[in-house]
Amino acid sequence: MTTSRRGEMAIVGARLLRDGERVLVGVGLPNLAANVAKRLHAPHLVLVYESGVIDAHPPRLPLSIGDPDLVRTSLCVLPIGDLFSQYLQTGWIDVGFLGGAQIDRRGNLNSTVIGPYDHPKVRLSGSGGAADIASFARRTIMLIPQDLQRFPAAVDFITSPGHPKRGRRTQGPASVVTDLGLFDFDEEGEMRLTSVYPGVSIKDVQQRTGWPLRIAQEISEIPPPTPAELDVLRELGGGQEAAY
Amino acid sequence: MAELLTVHDAVARYVADDQVVYLAGFTHLIPFAFGHEIIRQRRRHLTLCRATPDLVYDQMIAAGVADRLVFSYAGNPGLGLLQVFRQAVQRGELEIEEYTHFELVARLSAGAAGLPFWPLRSLENDLTARRPRPRVRSPFGDEEVAVVPALRPDVTLVHAHCADEDGNVYAWGLLGEVKEAALAAHRILVSVEEIRPAASLRRERDHLLIPGFRVQSISVAPFGAHPSYVQGVYDRDTAFYTEWDRISRDPEATRKWLARFVDAVPDREAYLRLLPPDRLAALKEAAQVDN
Repeated sequence: MTTSRRGEMAIVGARLLRDGERVLVGVGLPNLAANVAKRLHAPHLVLVYESGVIDAHPPRLPLSIGDPDLVRTSLCVLPIGDLFSQYLQTGWIDVGFLGGAQIDRRGNLNSTVIGPYDHPKVRLSGSGGAADIASFARRTIMLIPQDLQRFPAAVDFITSPGHPKRGRRTQGPASVVTDLGLFDFDEEGEMRLTSVYPGVSIKDVQQRTGWPLRIAQEISEIPPPTPAELDVLRELGGGQEAAY
Repeated sequence: MAELLTVHDAVARYVADDQVVYLAGFTHLIPFAFGHEIIRQRRRHLTLCRATPDLVYDQMIAAGVADRLVFSYAGNPGLGLLQVFRQAVQRGELEIEEYTHFELVARLSAGAAGLPFWPLRSLENDLTARRPRPRVRSPFGDEEVAVVPALRPDVTLVHAHCADEDGNVYAWGLLGEVKEAALAAHRILVSVEEIRPAASLRRERDHLLIPGFRVQSISVAPFGAHPSYVQGVYDRDTAFYTEWDRISRDPEATRKWLARFVDAVPDREAYLRLLPPDRLAALKEAAQVDN
């Protein structure tokens, strides 16, 4: 994917974060997007990283979630056991902001393996805190470039659980940002296309989705990046960092 | 009371083949000096545990010290995958036992507290489908919670800012699961940037990580966490993390790196002499902003 596509995804992801929310930020695109939001419409966004960092104000885009820069600009750093048990598990995180290698129609995320677990074609990093974040955050927003491999009918491995096979939990997957469009989840917990980038058709999206896609009654067009958004993106390095 | 030992002697005396070993430190304070010493002394058949295996376990796996890995996130932080780990798993050469971060820390919390298990509410996923997580009913109501079993390493190795002559260990900044991993272990071996007089550390009591009576040995190892970092002392060598991504894709380059930077050097000081002095100076300089 080109830098501009990644950058656009980060901008669209950033727009979904509201000022003042506590967001648990995953590595890669979510990290870029959260840092864009904090520099624009959400200056009071509380950036939380699974390394235990609470309310970081990174001067530049942190490479990893355990960067010295994150620590030295934070309100505090919690032992990770405290973060997971006393803040995440108890409902104090508003948004889980995650990436992954695959996502399916129920919002299940795979960041563990491509292929069978015991004989993987590609072994990935595994959950880290992602499965816990997907369990407890009030809503989960996922950023993932879209193609048939990344959008299969069923993911190869459920790392971070989405909505159950039937029905929808009150927490869990809320939005998915791809390089084609923006999705929400309907009352049955099924992923649904709600808007597309300029020049992208519903047919384009369906062609890169591994199941018959649900489409919202009215599909809107995603507003193009503003000059301010593009400036911040450039300041943060244009989204050229690794995917996960 | 903790003994003062060299890194070599601490490993020689207390890290043995077939043990369950935990090198603590979450991005920060990763005990690379200990990891390299374990490689040099050719330990075999270890079960290596760490929430985030990081480069230190990629190097140890490449050197052949490990049969099993217990972990929750096997990535090169910010850069992608751990290539040695990935290839070893894809070839079926490394046995793995995998958790989420919360589950792994919960296992350590149980170990540190001397309890058989620890409860948590994370939802089920395909890891729990493969390794079922039992549930227990609360005796105080009808609620059921999932539990994970205690993890008790034979040895946990820790790197910290400093210790005093009595082996009291001090650290601050990002501590991850260091305390739980240490206190869950039967033995705790610690390396530090420096030994400081006890009198000068009494006022730092909020930064006490492990009291000396719980520590088996203290070893002095300046830059003992490089290429990881020690907050306020030296920053993370992100250039090396990037370099490792390239080196570790090629088994021959990996073998050569280990031969030159681990096997051919007697200790940490000799390793540091192989690095450009201005590189270490720059890492120190970058960390001064904290002081």
